[in-house]
Amino acid sequence: MNKGVAITGMGIISAIGNNVAENFQSLIESKKGISRISKIDTIHKNDIMVGEIDYTNSQLEQLLGLSPDNNFSRTGLLGTVAAKEAVAHAGINDINKYKTGLISATSVGGMDMTEKFYYQYLENNTNHKYIEGHHAGDSTQKIAEQLGIEKSLITTISTACSSAANAIMLGARLIKSGQLDRVIVGGSDCMSKFTINGFKTLMILSDTYNTPFDENRKGLNLGEAAAFLVLESDTVVKAENKTVIAYVKGYGNANDAFHQTASSDHGDGATLAMEKALQVAGYTANDIDYINAHGTATGNNDLSEGRAIIRVFGENVPEFSSTKAYTGHTLAAAGAIEAVYSILALQNNVIYPNLNYKTQMKEFNITPQLEFKEKTLKTVMSNSFGFGGNCSTVIFSKEQ
Amino acid sequence: MNKVYINSISSISPQKTFDNSEFLNEVINHENQVVFAVEPIYKDYIPPAAARRMAKGIKMGVVASKMALKEAELEHVDAIITGTGMGCLRDSEKFLSAIIDNNEQFLTPTSFIQSTHNTVGGQIALELQCKGYNFTYVHGSNSFESALLDAKLQLELNEAQNILVGGVDELGDHTTKLQQLIHLIKNEAITTNTLLKSKTKGSMFGEGASFFVLSNKKQASTYAELVSVKMYNTLPLDEVSGLTTNFLKKNNLTIEDIDIVVLGNNGDIDFDGYFNQLTSTVFNNTQQVCYKHLCGEFNTASPFGIWIASKILKTQSLPDILKLNDKETGSFKNILLYNQYRGENHSFTLLKTC
Amino acid sequence: MEALKQELKENIIEQLNLEDMTAADISDDDMLFGDGLALDSIDALELIVMLDKNYGIKLTDPKEGRAIFESINTMAAYISEHRSK
Repeated sequence: MNKGVAITGMGIISAIGNNVAENFQSLIESKKGISRISKIDTIHKNDIMVGEIDYTNSQLEQLLGLSPDNNFSRTGLLGTVAAKEAVAHAGINDINKYKTGLISATSVGGMDMTEKFYYQYLENNTNHKYIEGHHAGDSTQKIAEQLGIEKSLITTISTACSSAANAIMLGARLIKSGQLDRVIVGGSDCMSKFTINGFKTLMILSDTYNTPFDENRKGLNLGEAAAFLVLESDTVVKAENKTVIAYVKGYGNANDAFHQTASSDHGDGATLAMEKALQVAGYTANDIDYINAHGTATGNNDLSEGRAIIRVFGENVPEFSSTKAYTGHTLAAAGAIEAVYSILALQNNVIYPNLNYKTQMKEFNITPQLEFKEKTLKTVMSNSFGFGGNCSTVIFSKEQ
Repeated sequence: MNKVYINSISSISPQKTFDNSEFLNEVINHENQVVFAVEPIYKDYIPPAAARRMAKGIKMGVVASKMALKEAELEHVDAIITGTGMGCLRDSEKFLSAIIDNNEQFLTPTSFIQSTHNTVGGQIALELQCKGYNFTYVHGSNSFESALLDAKLQLELNEAQNILVGGVDELGDHTTKLQQLIHLIKNEAITTNTLLKSKTKGSMFGEGASFFVLSNKKQASTYAELVSVKMYNTLPLDEVSGLTTNFLKKNNLTIEDIDIVVLGNNGDIDFDGYFNQLTSTVFNNTQQVCYKHLCGEFNTASPFGIWIASKILKTQSLPDILKLNDKETGSFKNILLYNQYRGENHSFTLLKTC
Repeated sequence: MEALKQELKENIIEQLNLEDMTAADISDDDMLFGDGLALDSIDALELIVMLDKNYGIKLTDPKEGRAIFESINTMAAYISEHRSK
């Protein structure tokens, strides 16, 4: 009944590395990917810090071998890099041998190109190829094409900062219900002027390194990233003699129904999401060995999430940390980025330190894990919360 | 596995469809390439304090949701699943032009918040105080069908009993201009009556919101059974007919069992071929129905097709304006819907009377 | 000061889409948040932009807004003292 869904591959590109190995190295070395912004010309460049990926668009196009007339947004480019790594890692040679789907998540979509050419489109037709690439489903279609997925189920989820966690959840459900034999799930979001200015109006961008769960936290750093997992049915795993790297054991989605952007003071939605995930996994709170928290370092999130964690775990809160200090908040991709980090934690039996923390929050007495720690892990819980009250939790496990 | 039923329907569209006691009694013959929704009086459904910051897409979505809940005689649902191709486009345009026009200064948060794709689903949850499952799909012409499939899976497995499912999109001025530039919207004048025979590039664009309560329990208000929904990202033209027959076979039906086929023709000469493939072969002897000449093309136009099919099944009537051909049909039992946009994101949906 | 208060009321109604209200409906000492006009945290952010755009006053922490935006009286007083345009 509560059997987990097998994960057989993963891929990632973020501010702390261009693949899984590089990301893990940075995590264990406490190496942040946060800097001043270099690729977008914004008047806020001295007021914000971001998690940027080194590659330029043309370097990414080269890496992927795209023709010069391609109309990929950066979201599509990053997504393709990560999805290809995941498929290669899973040892897939013939993608259409099994019923294979793709569920991606994005909030930015093709906005990075739209914001560059918004008025210019009307003046001349040089960049008209990008107009059709604006909508959120475009990057998903391009990733599917690059992976060779044809005549199959592909879709895109956009629930703000919880999007990719929901993509993982849907993928697991599609495998469990037999709709698909194999599904590539994850998300991609690139940096854009639109999101920078959007979060700026909400006054939740920190002007320095973000400090999750710190009393004096000043807000988040935006980041860009993409990550994907390959989920496969037990039948495929058996037939292909696959190595399973972890299982999607539980998942929960709930809505805070409190405010358009803010989380409720006591994290009602977050509490519900964690409880549902435990229920689907057939676990109690005591079964969780580590929580990779959403921990965006905004005043509102960390208080609300911390209180929700206490509501679910009571006196026995396991080690928890946020990895946003490494990567920045990668929005729709965050759930997939942190899924990769959760699986790496399970594989290597390690807990990543919550960087930049100095002062205990006064509203409660739980403290994130501050030092790199080795601990035998069987299960990891990963939280992702977003605007529109969207709260999601996914639980990863070593055993099915 | 439980069966899944459509227990209520509501649609705000470029036709006067929000009054469910009627079924296209009067048809508006639009004479433009861009057709706007005929809107209900929002104040009758949304308190002014809540409505003051709502984008058009949110208002349409919230009101259509409330109508659907009312018809299903429900106050609460277990989940809310929304599909939207572009989200609240006007606010996205407003925020982006403000960034450019004011050189990133004096920007206000409201239009940014509304530009987030899941803002409609979030606002519906707020209005209904629904803390349950809440997803938003944003996958072009399969945005709504993704929501439909998700809801169906949950209801079949009894993970939920009642789910609100809908699709919503709004027109935005700047985007309309851009879509005209690349001929997604027709350049020449077109009307409701001439769209489907136009034989030129592009389509007429529209907007709207259609919401449904899906349930695994049948009740007096039930319109139809949702038998199956299937999506394909790509589909070669010459495989459409074969695949349709296959889809029906998997549902233990043959071409002859289909009383009406509802097609997403939008008058685009480059892509209506997919539909013609069906009407000229397997379904040449079947009653064919089209709807995009009434509502225009948009990413979530297909739920308007579901609204129409549901109406036909419940009222056992078929307004002439929908007919692509004229076949003698006794009663309507099985309806197949097929949609695609520009050769991508194809969907097959099967409805049955109950 | 009276002119400023009138201007504030009109701008608030326009900026925050308080469609059914006129300036006469807002008293100078009405609570803008909470029981009075029931404005919320997003409105507060809108008002912060209004201070910047119309009066050249920059707030960096939304918390500073709480006392300033208590009523039309407190807003007008703060603006007269700190305005640079």
